[in-house]
Amino acid sequence: MSEFIMLSRRDFLKTGALVGGGLILGFYLPFADSDSCAAEQTKGFAPNAFIRVDHDGGITFIVNKSEMGQGVYTSLPMLIAEELECDWRKVTVEASPVAAVYDHTVFGSMVTGGSTSVWSEWERLSKAGATAREMLIAAAAKTWRVEPASCHADNSRVIHASGKALAYGELVDKAAKMPIPKDVQLKNPDTYKIVGTPRHRLDSPAKVNGTAQFGLDTRLPGMLTAVVARSPVFGGKVVSYKADRAKAVPGVKQVVQVPSGVAVVAKSFWGAKKGREALDISWDEGEWAKLSTPDMHRDYAGLAKTPGLIARKAGDPEQAYALATHKISAEYHVPYLAHAAMEPLNCTVDLRGDGCDIWTGSQMQTGDRNAAARIAGLKPEQVKIHTTFLGGGFGRRANPHSDFVIEAVEVAKVVRKPVKVVWTREDDMRGGYYRPIWSDRLTAGLDGNGNLIAWWHTIVGQSIIAGTPFEAAMIKNGIDGASVEGAQDIPYAIPHLLVDLHSPQIGVPVLWWRSVGHSHTAFVVESFLDEAAHVTGKDPYEFRRVLLVEKPRHRGVLELAAQKAGWGSTLPAGRGRGIAVHESFGSFIAQVAEVSVTPEGVVRVHRVVCAIDCGRTVNPDTIAAQMQSGIAFGLSAALHGAITLKNGRVEQSNFHDYPLLRMNEMPQVEVHIVPSKEKPGGVGEPGVPPIAPAVANAVFALTGARLRTLPMTPETVLKAMKG
Amino acid sequence: MIALSVNGKLYQVEVPPDVPLLWVLREQLKLTGTKFGCGAGLCGACTVHVDGKAERSCQIPVKDAQGKKITTIEGLAGNHPVKKAWLTEEVSQCGWCQPGQIMAATALLKENPRPTDGEIDNAMVDNLCRCGTYQRIRRAIHTAAQEAGKGGKK
Repeated sequence: MSEFIMLSRRDFLKTGALVGGGLILGFYLPFADSDSCAAEQTKGFAPNAFIRVDHDGGITFIVNKSEMGQGVYTSLPMLIAEELECDWRKVTVEASPVAAVYDHTVFGSMVTGGSTSVWSEWERLSKAGATAREMLIAAAAKTWRVEPASCHADNSRVIHASGKALAYGELVDKAAKMPIPKDVQLKNPDTYKIVGTPRHRLDSPAKVNGTAQFGLDTRLPGMLTAVVARSPVFGGKVVSYKADRAKAVPGVKQVVQVPSGVAVVAKSFWGAKKGREALDISWDEGEWAKLSTPDMHRDYAGLAKTPGLIARKAGDPEQAYALATHKISAEYHVPYLAHAAMEPLNCTVDLRGDGCDIWTGSQMQTGDRNAAARIAGLKPEQVKIHTTFLGGGFGRRANPHSDFVIEAVEVAKVVRKPVKVVWTREDDMRGGYYRPIWSDRLTAGLDGNGNLIAWWHTIVGQSIIAGTPFEAAMIKNGIDGASVEGAQDIPYAIPHLLVDLHSPQIGVPVLWWRSVGHSHTAFVVESFLDEAAHVTGKDPYEFRRVLLVEKPRHRGVLELAAQKAGWGSTLPAGRGRGIAVHESFGSFIAQVAEVSVTPEGVVRVHRVVCAIDCGRTVNPDTIAAQMQSGIAFGLSAALHGAITLKNGRVEQSNFHDYPLLRMNEMPQVEVHIVPSKEKPGGVGEPGVPPIAPAVANAVFALTGARLRTLPMTPETVLKAMKG
Repeated sequence: MIALSVNGKLYQVEVPPDVPLLWVLREQLKLTGTKFGCGAGLCGACTVHVDGKAERSCQIPVKDAQGKKITTIEGLAGNHPVKKAWLTEEVSQCGWCQPGQIMAATALLKENPRPTDGEIDNAMVDNLCRCGTYQRIRRAIHTAAQEAGKGGKK
C-alpha cells in the first residue's frame, strides 16, 4: 500500500451533462479506482482523479487532455483552481494515464479533439475543485471545532471568521479523512477570480528553456531507432526486399518487415535513415497506382452535377429557382491538405512479455492503447500510454486507425527492445490521412429585389468517418455529418434550400484536419454568398446582416468585426476588403481581411480583424492566441496548401513544395471577444474556417476576380483575373 | 572521435563524420531542446548558434562543427532577455519550433539590437511556426530589444 491516502467511496459524484443536441449523458467521478490515481506513488490529499494537494502546499492537476498548443494545460487547471480557491502560482500539471475516469464526458473514451475540451470538462472539473475545497474547509473547521459555514477558502488557505487560517498543505492528512460531500455548491460565475482572466500558460517555461518533453524527445535505456519504408502508393504491399546493403550501413541492427512496409532498426536515427536509403524493395502497388488528383477533380465535378443523398431540404428549391430573376451557379474545388505538424510523427514502444509502455503525443489514447494491445496480444490494461507534449496535432494525432502507434508496436514485436519509430518530414508529408479533396457545385436564385430565395449546394468528397468506430454515431442515412457541417446548417434565412452529398470511395486515407468539414464549407458558402450579394450589387456585409436577422450571435460578431475593421471606409489604393462569418464547434466568428495583389498574382494579407463569440471565456489570452493561430493555419491552406497525387504518388515531400505561412506573410491580426454568459464553445478550430473566404472575397472586391479554387497560387489568381 | 564544444563544455563523440550536428546534439549529448522539423534546412526548428551565428544544425555534418563554439537553447541563460520576452509575450503554443525561433531571434538581436518589423521578418522568415505565433514572435523580439537596451546589455 502506498502512502497515497485512498478514499473508498465510489461514484459519490454522479451528474448529468447537457451537451450539443440536448443529449443527457451520465458520468461518474469514481474514487480509488486502481487505475484512476496518477498520484498513487505520492503522499498527499487526492480527493479525486484530477487533484492532488501535497504537504508542502504544492497543487498538482492531472489533465486528461493532450496539450498540443491549444492551451489546455492552462485552461482546464484554471477551471479546477477557480473552485479549489488555490494559489495559482503553486499549480503544476501532469498528463493523465489512460483510464475510464479520464474518458471524454461525451465521446466515452480519451479524446482531445473537436474543440470540446473546455465545455466538456467545465462541470466535472468545477465539481472536482469544489469537492476538494469543501473537504479542506471541513478539515479546518474540525481542527478549530467551528462550523464549516464560518470558514471560507482563499488562495490555498482556509480562513475562519475570526481571522485565523490554515494553509492547504497543513490540512492534507485531515482533509483526506473528511467525508466526501454528496453535493457541492459551485461558485456563481460572477464571482470568478481566475476563469475569464488572462493567465500565463503553465507550459511556457519548459517550452522556452528547451526542457519540454515531446514524443520525439523520449529516451529509454537500450533504445533503438527505426524508420520505415512505406509503399509509394496508398494500400500497396511489399512483394520482396533485399536488405544486404541496408544491413551493411554502420549502426543498422535489424531490417524487419511489418504490415506497413520494411523497418530499418539502428542505434541512431541517422543510421536507420541511411539504412533505409540502401533498401531495395519491390512493391505490389495495388489498385490506386493510377490515381491522379486532376482526374479526381474532373470526376468530382461530374458527380456534383448529379443528385446526391439529401442532407437537408427546405421548401421547394427547384420551383423557387425556376421563378428567380437572377440565377447564378459556380463550381468550387479544394485540395487534399496535410496537417504538417512541426514535430514529425513518432512513437516509442517498450514491449515486454507481460506489458507494454508507449510514449507518444496522442489525441486518442484509449483507441491507441486498445489498438496497441490488440497488435501486441496483450490486454488493454497491460498497455500504458505516456502522453507527451504534442508538437502540433491539428487532428493528425487523433487517428481512429491508430496508424503510427500500430506500426511502432509491430516493429517492437519483432525487435523486442525499446524502439522509437521516427517519421521523417517526407514520411509525414506522404503518410496520408489528409483533409479530403472537396468539389462543390452551388446554384442560387434571387428575386427581383435581390432577395435570396433558392440555394442548392451539392458536395462531393470522401467520408472521414466511414470505417471508423464513430460511423454508427456520426453517419445517418448515408450522410457523414462531418462532410456537410457548415453547409447543411447554413445560417442565412433562405426559404428554399437543398444540400446534397456524394461520398466517393478513394484509397487515399483521410482524416479530420483542424476544423474538419468547416475547412471547406465555410470557404464555399461564404464565397458563393458573396457572389449572390454582388450579382444584385448589394454590399456583402449588409446582404449578410439582413439574412442573419434571426441569428443574433452570427450577426453580433459580423457587426463587431465590420465596425472594428472600418467596413465601408476608404482603403488605400491597391487594397481590398472582404468579410466572412461562420459558426463552428459552438463558437461564432467573423473576420474581415484586407489584401493586396501583386502584378505577379501574389495575394498579400495585411490585416485581419476577428470577432469571436465563444460564450463564457476561460483564458482570453488563449482565445486571442487561438484566433491568431487559426488564421495563420487557414492562410497556409488558402495561399499555399495542396497535396497532389500523380500515378498514385504524393508529389509533395517537404516544406519547399508544401509551403506553410512564413513570418513575412503574417498579417496583423486583431481579436475582439464578445462578452458573453452563453455556454462555452470551442476555440482551437473555429478561427480557421472564415479566413479563406474573407481573403477570397477581398480579392474579388479589389480585382473583380472570383477565386473558386484553393490554394490561391499566383497562377490561379492570374487566371481568375483574366476571367 | 569528434571533439565538440557545446554550451561551453567539451565533448568527445564517436559518430560517423557525416551525421548532422542536430542528431549528435539530440542523441549523443542528450540536448533535445534542439528540434527536428524537416531535415532539409527549410523550417529552422534545429537552429543553434555556431560561433555566434544562427545555423541549421540539420545541415551541418558533425565533422564541420569541430573547433567551433556551438550554443543550443539549453546554453542560453535562463534570464536571457529573449527567453524572458518569450514568456512575457506568451509566444509558445505547441512549442516545437520555439527553441529554434529563440535562437534565431537571439542571433538577430546580437547583430541588430533594435530591428524594425521588416528586419525581423527578413531574419525570421526561415523559421516556420505551424501554430502561427509570428505576431507574438515579432512583439517578443521588440520587447527583448527594449529590455536588453535598458540593462545596457551586449
